[in-house]
Amino acid sequence: MALLARLEPGGADRVGDGVRLTQSAGRRLVTGIPTLWLLVLFLVPFLIVFRISFSEVRLAIPPYTPLISWRHGAPELELHGSAYAFLFTDPLYVSSYLYSLKVAAISTLCCLLIGYPMAYAIARSGAATRSLLLMLIVLPFWTSFLLRVYAWIGLLKNNGVINNVLLYLGVIHHPLSLLQTDFAVYIGIVYSYLPFMILPLYANLEKHDVTLLEAAADLGARPLRAFLAITLPQSFPGIIAGSLLVFIPAVGEYVIPTLLGRTDQLMIGRVLSDEFFENRDWPVASAVAIVILLLLVIPIMLFQRLERRELEAAK
Amino acid sequence: MRSRGLFARTALVVGLVFLYVPILSMIVFSFNNSRLVTVWDAARSPTLRWYVALVHNQQILAAAWLSIRIAVVAATCAVVLGTLAGMALARFGAFRGRLLLAGMTTAPIVMPEVITGLSLLLLFVALEQLIGWPKGVGAVTIALAHITFCMAYVTVVVQSRLAGFDESLEEAAMDLGARPAKVFLRITLPLILPAIASGWLLAFTLSWDDLVITQFVAGPGSSTLPMVVFSKVRFGVTPDVNALATIMVLLVATGIAISTVWMRYRERRRERDLQLAAAANL
Repeated sequence: MALLARLEPGGADRVGDGVRLTQSAGRRLVTGIPTLWLLVLFLVPFLIVFRISFSEVRLAIPPYTPLISWRHGAPELELHGSAYAFLFTDPLYVSSYLYSLKVAAISTLCCLLIGYPMAYAIARSGAATRSLLLMLIVLPFWTSFLLRVYAWIGLLKNNGVINNVLLYLGVIHHPLSLLQTDFAVYIGIVYSYLPFMILPLYANLEKHDVTLLEAAADLGARPLRAFLAITLPQSFPGIIAGSLLVFIPAVGEYVIPTLLGRTDQLMIGRVLSDEFFENRDWPVASAVAIVILLLLVIPIMLFQRLERRELEAAK
Repeated sequence: MRSRGLFARTALVVGLVFLYVPILSMIVFSFNNSRLVTVWDAARSPTLRWYVALVHNQQILAAAWLSIRIAVVAATCAVVLGTLAGMALARFGAFRGRLLLAGMTTAPIVMPEVITGLSLLLLFVALEQLIGWPKGVGAVTIALAHITFCMAYVTVVVQSRLAGFDESLEEAAMDLGARPAKVFLRITLPLILPAIASGWLLAFTLSWDDLVITQFVAGPGSSTLPMVVFSKVRFGVTPDVNALATIMVLLVATGIAISTVWMRYRERRRERDLQLAAAANL
């Protein structure tokens, strides 16, 4: 219909305007609906957490002091810094933050050291094997995260598979205590997050121009030197993207340290959860969350910039 | 050159073994008769007793049914919202609020789950105080929370699929006078259908699997499967969970195999159509 209308003299502009009008209204809906949804269910909740972190706990529903209280008929702004003061005076919190950062950093490094050669091997294999290998990397991600972490309990515990095998082989004579150690947490995180490291690395390594390496070889560069001079610097964006995808969620990890980790040193995600569920101290739980966010805001923004650049490069 | 290739390939094999040994061990021990789980009872294994126990466990069945219903609702809503967001980000150029939308769709992917869970619960509590809805927490609040983090993944999947196609087809349809809704239904939607399908599956899996966020926004009587499993395994290994894991691995492997075949078939048909179109033009 619109096509016919355009054939009429003077009709083209009118219809064009009409199309543009509905188009802009439609556009506003397309951008507006998801934006509104995320504003209400993603951004506003953070503001609420921020606001509650400045309250004090009280025995009521909800269990925190209101933002504005009425005293002698006049509104009074109630801002308390006690939750934050508590956070920085009790050494439990500071040590949990430091421990979480350490665990996340070491796990990220292990993921990188294991994931890089794997991604490299996939990127350099033939087209048919490549899609099979990628599927093998992604498949565990589709099975339950919780059950895959749980599987490690069976492997690591005192009468678990690893100890039984080592005892049988005569390598050890007494079972090693592997569960509830830092080692178990590293294993759990590396195991669960490895695909998140491999995929961005692979996406980067796959795009590399192999003729550069050939040129380097022709000029007499040893493979290691060619790798260090050409491949490694070019793969830097992939390294950063993969590392951020592992590091950021690992800092707040809850399930892995709860199932596999130490009981004497908690990670901060567990502290937040305990503060909320066990102590019912919503202001302190909120303050814990805000401080985690402050620690992670730079990595998160860096990740978003990389992600944006990646999607724009795909165009 | 060769030695490095060998090193990388060895690392790949070792890495894959590392990824699959725990899953295989769960499958093997799901057929073990012993209650000790990791001690193989050679005399009376393999056995299906844990599978029988599983299908008679009312608590697990009820939780699984709730999880399925929530995951279907969450995945479907997340696909609608995520497709809209992906369209906007990939096709609308520099619109007002673009940076905000882009930021809000990538942040949930890396955000530690305890923070997302806490913030959503506090939102629901504040909303109930303010407007009296939602009444308490339960299946509805779980679904709302799941939609929110799932839509971020769908957005990325749809957006990167759209970024891979240029806009010439859509522009041609527009030039021929097709209205935007028609352009979307006839051109864009068929192009991004594989992304929508894999986005839905991804969202379903994420919702089905989520524990941490769900724990925050769940109420009494709304225990999802991961919550029941977590409360069981928190205090040690239980053999029927191995049986559950085996069933889930089998289902996922079948699902992945079917969707891979389906997508290959679609791609091939598209290529054939393109070749036919090119031949017809000659």
